[in-house]
Amino acid sequence: MRYMLTHYETEAMAKGVKPSPEQQAAIGQYMQEMATTGVLLAGEGVHPSSSGARLEVDGGNVRVIDGPFAEAKELIAGFVIVEVGSLAEAVEYARRFALIVGVERIDVRRVVEFSDLQ
Amino acid sequence: MESVNLDTRVAALWRVESPRLVARLVRLVGDLDAAEELAQDTFVAAIEKWRREGVPDNPAGWLSTTARFLAVDRIRRRDTRRDKYHLIAATTPRTVEVDLARIVDGDLAQDLLGLIFMSCHPILSPDARSALTLKLVCGLTTGEVARAFLSPEPTIAQRIVRAKRTLAAARIRFELPGPDERPARLDAVREVVYLVFNEGYSATGGDSWVRPELCSEALRLGRMLAGLTTNDTETLGLLALIEIQASRLAARVGVHGEPVLLMDQDRTRWDRLLIRRGLALLEQIDRLHGTAGPYALQAAIAACHARADRAEDTDWPRIAALYDGLAQINPSPVIELNRAVAIARAFGPQAGLEILRPLRDHPAMRDYHLLPAVAGDLCCRAGDHEQARSHFLRAASLTTNTQQRTTMQQRAAQCTTHTGPE
Repeated sequence: MRYMLTHYETEAMAKGVKPSPEQQAAIGQYMQEMATTGVLLAGEGVHPSSSGARLEVDGGNVRVIDGPFAEAKELIAGFVIVEVGSLAEAVEYARRFALIVGVERIDVRRVVEFSDLQ
Repeated sequence: MESVNLDTRVAALWRVESPRLVARLVRLVGDLDAAEELAQDTFVAAIEKWRREGVPDNPAGWLSTTARFLAVDRIRRRDTRRDKYHLIAATTPRTVEVDLARIVDGDLAQDLLGLIFMSCHPILSPDARSALTLKLVCGLTTGEVARAFLSPEPTIAQRIVRAKRTLAAARIRFELPGPDERPARLDAVREVVYLVFNEGYSATGGDSWVRPELCSEALRLGRMLAGLTTNDTETLGLLALIEIQASRLAARVGVHGEPVLLMDQDRTRWDRLLIRRGLALLEQIDRLHGTAGPYALQAAIAACHARADRAEDTDWPRIAALYDGLAQINPSPVIELNRAVAIARAFGPQAGLEILRPLRDHPAMRDYHLLPAVAGDLCCRAGDHEQARSHFLRAASLTTNTQQRTTMQQRAAQCTTHTGPE
């Protein structure tokens, strides 16, 4: 099964504070480990919302709003997709991430695969 | 609120942590049996402690520290026993004073690679290698390995015990093969990965024609191996091949569980993430100038299909050219048969039939149903329905699979309508 682990912007990230070299090294090591153990399928980080946009759809009307957006803690800062045997396993991988980087929240969500739609 | 109970967490932690624990332990203590036992002892200690005190915030760290402690303890006791023996025998022990602190924290990648090489050692049969590897490197329980191979648990348990005994008897310890030995050893590892994958991709046993969970384990091993042997183009080729093949798993099975052939598959059901991964690996192989290896060639062929959004967009001349290359470096009647199909698609049925002709006398092909099945199809397309019909009937008589027999009989019947008066 595939799980997507998402983590969220912190106030500091929203202000554009770059991760410290230690944090960057820790993230690098985490990603390396996930690759080494064969569970990592994909992963990306995203820039603060100031460089992004949002589309709001209301009754068929689409409104485009440029960032930044206020509610930092609800904004995705990055994700990884892992292939594991169970939710509990995905949680253990997320836990390692939480320990290393010191982010404030990680969501673990199951990725929809074709076999789920049948 | 912590929602998962302790048993579930421990099972998940075993799966996540036991490969790296066993890998490091086997480097420290040398043999697999002792390493596995120490890993189990570590988990037993964890369960006892966590049941009383709850699971710590960093269970992985706790397990790692405890495993190291138990290993060092065992090495010390072993040394003490040896010292005592020398005392009784009145001899001087050779000093094996190892700097424990220095050797305990190794590199995870090196440890895992060493464990893979050990459990895929060529001294073991491919079956034994697969069982041992799924257990130790993928962290499956013996019961899970047994279910994966549709074998009774005692059979698999026996196989694993015997494999470990063989390694111990041959004094095969944890070590990374040197540059001379490495290519052959990597071949043995890749063989295991592909064997496990194929057992999942075209299951030879059981009720289901594909067993995706086995493919997942093979993919995980392949990804691990590719990560551990950076820039080994054949390993990357193997991984690219199985990533792309696995992308078709959902499309490969029809609504009634029947096999759906590549050309008939609903391509919107192909897994785009896996295709992307496979194609990216092929680009990497290209940059490393490793495109001529057998796995890389097969991956390149798989990629030609993956790149075609519709079956009719398939680049058959390129596939034919890749098969020409594959047949040169890896000649086999099965590859020749596939080459004939590709050449027929690219250059017409007659060109394909010419390649098939010498195959008919090949001993491995004499009773192989796919040869007359392909010949029938090519004759049919060349307009020779009489010949096609007899090929299809022969294919129907050779196959043991009911579904395939029906298909071949239907095609033979269709030929009859063609040969009748117009």
